[in-house]
Amino acid sequence: MTALLRVEGISKSFRGLKAVSNGSFELSRGTINALIGPNGAGKTTIFNMIAGVFAPDSGALFFKDRPIHGLRPDEICSAGIGRTFQIVKPFAGLTVLENVMVGAFLREKTAAGSRATSLRIIEKLRLKAEQPASTLTLPDRKRLEVARALATRPELLLLDEVMAGLRPTETDEMVEVFRELNRSEGTTILLIEHVMRAVMALAGHVGVLHHGEVIARGTPQEIVRDPKVLECYLGEETEV
Amino acid sequence: MPAELVANVVVAGVLTGLVYGLMALGLSVIFGVVRVVNFAHGEMMTVAMYAATVLFAALKLDPFLAILPAAAAFFVFGYVLQAAVVNPFITRPEHSQFMLLVAIAIILVNGLLMIFGPDAKNVQVDYQLDSIEIGKLLVDKPRAYAAGAAVLTALALFAFFRFSLIGKAIRACADNHLGALVVGLNVKHLYALTFGLGSLCVAVAGCAMVVLVDVTPPLGPYYTLLAFVIVIVGGLGSMAGALLGGVLIGVSEALAGLFIEPSAKSMFSFGLLILVLLFRPQGLLGKRA
Amino acid sequence: MTRTAALLLALLASLAALPAFAGPYGLSVAILILYFAYAGQAWNVMMGFAGQLSLGHALYVGVAGYVAGGLFFHYEVPPIVGLPAAVIACTLFGLVIGFLAFRFRISGVYFALLTIAFAEFTRIGFDHLAWTGGPGGMFLKVAQRNTWDLANFRGPPAMYYYAILAMCSLAFVACFFLLRSKAGFYWQAIRENEDAAQALGINVFRWKMAAVAASSAMTSFAGVFFAFYYNNLFPEQIFNISRSIEIILAPVIGGVGTLFGPILGAVVLTGLSEGITESLAALGWEIPGVKQVFYGLVLLGVVMFLPNGIWPFLSRKFKL
Repeated sequence: MTALLRVEGISKSFRGLKAVSNGSFELSRGTINALIGPNGAGKTTIFNMIAGVFAPDSGALFFKDRPIHGLRPDEICSAGIGRTFQIVKPFAGLTVLENVMVGAFLREKTAAGSRATSLRIIEKLRLKAEQPASTLTLPDRKRLEVARALATRPELLLLDEVMAGLRPTETDEMVEVFRELNRSEGTTILLIEHVMRAVMALAGHVGVLHHGEVIARGTPQEIVRDPKVLECYLGEETEV
Repeated sequence: MPAELVANVVVAGVLTGLVYGLMALGLSVIFGVVRVVNFAHGEMMTVAMYAATVLFAALKLDPFLAILPAAAAFFVFGYVLQAAVVNPFITRPEHSQFMLLVAIAIILVNGLLMIFGPDAKNVQVDYQLDSIEIGKLLVDKPRAYAAGAAVLTALALFAFFRFSLIGKAIRACADNHLGALVVGLNVKHLYALTFGLGSLCVAVAGCAMVVLVDVTPPLGPYYTLLAFVIVIVGGLGSMAGALLGGVLIGVSEALAGLFIEPSAKSMFSFGLLILVLLFRPQGLLGKRA
Repeated sequence: MTRTAALLLALLASLAALPAFAGPYGLSVAILILYFAYAGQAWNVMMGFAGQLSLGHALYVGVAGYVAGGLFFHYEVPPIVGLPAAVIACTLFGLVIGFLAFRFRISGVYFALLTIAFAEFTRIGFDHLAWTGGPGGMFLKVAQRNTWDLANFRGPPAMYYYAILAMCSLAFVACFFLLRSKAGFYWQAIRENEDAAQALGINVFRWKMAAVAASSAMTSFAGVFFAFYYNNLFPEQIFNISRSIEIILAPVIGGVGTLFGPILGAVVLTGLSEGITESLAALGWEIPGVKQVFYGLVLLGVVMFLPNGIWPFLSRKFKL
């Protein structure tokens, strides 16, 4: 089976500071994956390179065996990679339904089709369609981010700290949403997370980043026992 | 064309440009700190010019002495305008801010038209036609004085922002609004002070300009546009950039009057503005955001 | 929904019947209102829908007016041919400005100033072109005013009234459908948050260009109307920044981004302006500038106390 996403030796520096160096990994179709690491480890940089916010200085990215490095964010999205933002960016002047419809128009020609798709997703995420986005609570804003990304019908969904700031029960609800999505639609997921509770519950495969390098990978159970990981990640910062 | 003539025109352009620069400096300081574009800037300038003509006609007050009361009055006006009217608009969208200041501009320019009528007004000081000889150069005395007043005011403002505690606090507000609030600065008061200082620049520039040109109400919108061109060229928010931009525009206007049709002179300015916006939107001396 | 549609049809019917009742003065005021409503609607596509603040829309009015007017004046090309030429010319102008601005990532205040700069640049340019007649102006031949000659856009005031009424109605319907189409959703997404819009697969550059093209093309109709209604063109007047401000007043006062805003704003502002003129004349205060001072004061009041415009306020109050 060929990988859905192949990351081959990508590096990125900002003003001489190496954020990511020679990062490589593969995501298989239909899996749930997590990228963890302490603050400043390069998680968000890798995420942004996959999402097309900026191109890697060197290395290559392949999605369904097609090179995608250097494409713009909208081209990445059209190719089938959806993303959420860590700092939520709702279209505040629009309703929840309208927000999600913007995403749905990528694959739907008509307003009616886009509306139908959006309503299904909104129901799944337990949002209220007619609520103005500006009045949503933080957990609902995070859900809206996910709903909008889902509306573009991604094959790979990139989640940038969607659990941060949620209460444990809300986290569990969100975990259930992604499990269900992965089960029913086969959507491949890559999450960047600080919240270990969510990573342990959700991810089948975990990669650990430290100082811009992938230092370990494996199942969550293997990762938490890996002495390298304990030393440089769990040793400094434990969030459960 | 004789070299002396060109040199004289260039010098005159530099001197007028410094007065333009001071006017634009006011706009730049207000935008740099409050992040509001004062679309009534040129209209305020003409109000200062009319004030100087009135003081001259009524009290025989030399425009360069009229600077003092005018500056004080404009400072208060700017402070109150910001604190009472503009402040709630800081968080509103740009078109809303624009509309607010356009409304103020309409009131100012038509208020002047109402009071003074459409005819040009000016002041005739005794030294109007005097000139200073420096080697082969002939410099108009009023123009030299006007430039001197502009430079002194600009220097005082530089010093204020660099050395005084309040000046530093204002710069802190401009750098980081939230941070300024966190350390307990009274941001609303500092913003109002800044608008006051920006208006003060306009008052000085207006009093200085009135000895160089006649004033009519339509000069207001023209100066507003001119001030935009200057601050964008120099760099919105950059103080030295405003003066440099003023000099550039002053010289180019003067030379355009000499070499091409005078009526086409501002085409050059707007062309320069477009080029700067496209290729160096932070302005010649501005820092990249 | 159906109630609103019925109300709109009733409004349209009464507007269609207006020339039967209104005298020449009433008709000229109505034409002015509809003209500003139309131009405001066109500007609203760019700013209200897509969030790109243009302060130089007089540019498109002027270019269109001069293209159609100039073709008629110099070569006797009827405006029915001049109109498409004007639309093409304006759209090209818009696309060039949009291309430069969006390629160089000019946004916000800087974009607004760039649009002013282009309008001013063009104004001064037209002032020095022999073809436009320069500052001396261009005067279109006024033919007979009794019969309707749509091809040459010559006829009685009622013809101009129906023309601008049709333009307004079509613009309203077009904007109604645009807002509910993919374009409308994409524009609003760009207005609200460009990064989020791009992450949802929207080619931000292309859709902003589309907004500029749509808005400038719509505005060009207003320019052609202006040229053949007033029959004289002066660069100093038609491109003046105060013309650009006039265009945006109605939608800003009525409600940016709303369908009814430009129309309501045009009614309120023109009504206000005419009302002030009339009452000042009755009082005998005919000093130049008085009218505009009152106008500015009212504007100031509306902007300060109804920051989102009159229409959102009314629709909330009366649940329209």
